[in-house]
Amino acid sequence: MLTTSDPVPPSDTDDASLSLSSMKGRSRFGMNQETLPRLATGAAALVPLLALVGVVAILAWKAYPAIRYNGLGFFGRSTWYLGNTNVPGVKSGGASHPPGANYGALPLIAGTVLSSAIALLFAVPISIGAALAIVEKLPRRASNAVGMFLEVLAGIPSVVFGLWAALTLGPVMQSDVEPPIASVFDHLPDVPVLNFFRGPISASEGQGLLTAGVVLAIMIIPIIAATTRDLLRQVPRLPKEGALALGMNDWEVARKVSLPWVRSGIIGASVLGLARALGETMAVAMVSGALLGDLPKNLYLGMSTIAATIVTQLDGALSDGTGFATRTLAEVALALAVITLLTNIGARLLVKRGGAALPVGRGV
Amino acid sequence: MSTLDTEVTGPSDSGVDLYGRPAWHRVMAYWLGWGGCLVAVTLIAIPIVSILWGVIGRALAHWQWSVITSTTTGLRLDILGTLELVAGVGIVAGIIGVASGVYLAEYASGRFGSLLRGAAEVLAGVPSIVLGYVGYVALSITFHWGYSLAAALIVLSALTIPYIAKSTESALRQVPTSYREGADGLGMPPLRSLTRITMKAALPGITTGWLVALAIAMGETAPLLYTIGEFTSVGPTSHLTHQPVGYLTAVVYYGWQNGGPDLQLGYDAAFMLVVLILALIVGARIIVALTQRHTEKN
Repeated sequence: MLTTSDPVPPSDTDDASLSLSSMKGRSRFGMNQETLPRLATGAAALVPLLALVGVVAILAWKAYPAIRYNGLGFFGRSTWYLGNTNVPGVKSGGASHPPGANYGALPLIAGTVLSSAIALLFAVPISIGAALAIVEKLPRRASNAVGMFLEVLAGIPSVVFGLWAALTLGPVMQSDVEPPIASVFDHLPDVPVLNFFRGPISASEGQGLLTAGVVLAIMIIPIIAATTRDLLRQVPRLPKEGALALGMNDWEVARKVSLPWVRSGIIGASVLGLARALGETMAVAMVSGALLGDLPKNLYLGMSTIAATIVTQLDGALSDGTGFATRTLAEVALALAVITLLTNIGARLLVKRGGAALPVGRGV
Repeated sequence: MSTLDTEVTGPSDSGVDLYGRPAWHRVMAYWLGWGGCLVAVTLIAIPIVSILWGVIGRALAHWQWSVITSTTTGLRLDILGTLELVAGVGIVAGIIGVASGVYLAEYASGRFGSLLRGAAEVLAGVPSIVLGYVGYVALSITFHWGYSLAAALIVLSALTIPYIAKSTESALRQVPTSYREGADGLGMPPLRSLTRITMKAALPGITTGWLVALAIAMGETAPLLYTIGEFTSVGPTSHLTHQPVGYLTAVVYYGWQNGGPDLQLGYDAAFMLVVLILALIVGARIIVALTQRHTEKN
C-alpha cells in the first residue's frame, strides 16, 4: 500500500542529493515512508534476540526448584534416581519431588566432553587435510565433487546418521576396530590411566563412547571442512606466488603460507564444530548405549551425554507425577545451553580477531 | 616433478636445505603431506558412500509403492505431515527470517545492529534439543497445548530463522551499491527501491538460504519428539494445538527402537528423507549455478 504513494515533494528530493539515507517520501498516511518497513523488519530482527533470552529465562525459571534441591553437588554426583514415583511426592529443599529423588550430572558432562573431544580429535585433521586438498591441489572437477560430498554429509539428518551408526558402523567397530585398539593397550605397561583404553568391549553392537565419538566426528566434518575451505580460498594470491617464486613446492606453500594465514579461522571453525558436537542429540542417543547413573567405564562401553539424556529420559520423566524429573532435565538443558553459548561466543570472538566470519548453520 | 624439485631444493654442493635438512626431507614432506590430505578426502567419502548405500540399498531392496501411498502400512500420513510442517516453517520462518535479514542489511547499524546479528548467530548454535525442550516446557506444558503443530512450528522456526536471516543479509549486501543509488537517483521511493530493485537482485541468494533452511527443518528429530509428539499415525491437521502429527524422522527413530517390520519402515523413511533433503539442497545449488552463469554472461 505504501508503494502507491503520492509524488515525492520537491523539498525531500533536494535532501536526497545530499545524503542517500535522508531520502524520504511521504505516504498518504502522512507517515515517513521509511518508518514502517524499518519498524516491521526491526521487529522481525528482534525475534532471535528475544528467543535467545526467552530460552535461557524459561529454562532457568523451570529449573530453579531443581537447582535448589539438587544443589552444587549435582555436578559432582553420578546417580540418576527418580525417587519412588508410586507414592505421593514430598516437599523438601524448596521443591516437591518423589521421596528419595537423587540426581547427578557428572556422567552426562563427562560423556558429553569425552565424546566431543574424540570427535574433534578425528574431525579437525581430516577437515584441514580435505580443505587443503580441495583448495590447493585437486583439479577443479575433483574439488567440486568433494565439495558436493561435504554438502551431502551436512544435509543428512542426524537420525539417519544414528540409524547407520547403530546398525552398520557399530557392529564393525565392535568386531574389527575396537579389539585391535584394546589389544594394543593390553601390551602397554600397567599405568592406571591406560586402563581407560583397555577392554572389555561393548557386547551390544559397539554401542559406546568411541562409536559415538566417531559418528560425531563424521557429523562435524562438513562444518569444519567447509569453513576451512572458504577461509583458504580467501588467502591472497600474492604471498603464495611469492613463496612459489622463492622455490617452495605447492605443499610447502600450503603448509607454510596458506595454513598460518587462516590459523585463527580454523581454530574458530573447530570450536564451532565442538559446539555442534556438544549439542548433537539423536545420533548419540542411538549409539551411546544410554548408560545412566555411572561414569563411562572405558573407551568402548556405554555412556550418555546431556543432549541424549534429555531425549531418552522423556518417557521416564513423565512417570514422575510431581514434575521434578522434568525440572531436573530443564537444569541439565540449561547447563548444555550455557556451555554451547559460551563455546559459540568464544569461537566467534576468536575469528573476529582474525577478520573472517564463521558460517551460521551446519556448513551446507 | 622430482627432477625439478631436487634442483630447486638445495644447492647441489651441500645437498641440504636452509634448515640444514637433507633434500629428501622435502620430497618426503611433499608426498606425506599431500598423501595425508588424500587420505582425509577418502575418509570423508567412505561414510557418505556407506550411509547412502546402506539406507538406499535397504529401502529399495524391499521397495513397494504402498510405502508412499498406503496410510496403514505405509508412510503416506508421515510424508504429508512432514510436508505440512516444513511448509509451515517455510512461511513463518521465511517471513520473519527474510524481514530480519532485510533489517540487518539495510537499517541496522552500530552496537544495536551487531547485538542483533550476534544474537542470531548464537541462536543458530543453541542445540536443537534445548530449543525443543523449552518448547515442550513452555508451550506443551505451561500453555497446555499438548503435542501440537503450533509448538513444533515455533521451535523449528526459532531454529531456522537465524539461518534465513543470515543468508538474506549477505545476499542483500552483495547487491552493488550502484543499483540502490540508481534507484534513489531516479527518485524511486525507498520502499519500492528495496522491494523492486535490491530484493529482486538478491532473490536467488535469499531463495537458496530459504531452501537450505527448509532442508535443516525437515531433518530435525530431537525438538519434534517433545513438541509435536511421539510416533502417531495422524496425518496433516488443521488443529494447531492438542493434536500430534506424524513425521518422517520419528519413523526412523522408532523403527530403530522397535526393530522388526518397523525397522524396514524406518529405512524407507530415511530414504524418503534423504531424497527430499537432497532435492532441496540440489535445488538451492541449481539456483546459485544458474544465476552465477547469468551474471558472468553480462
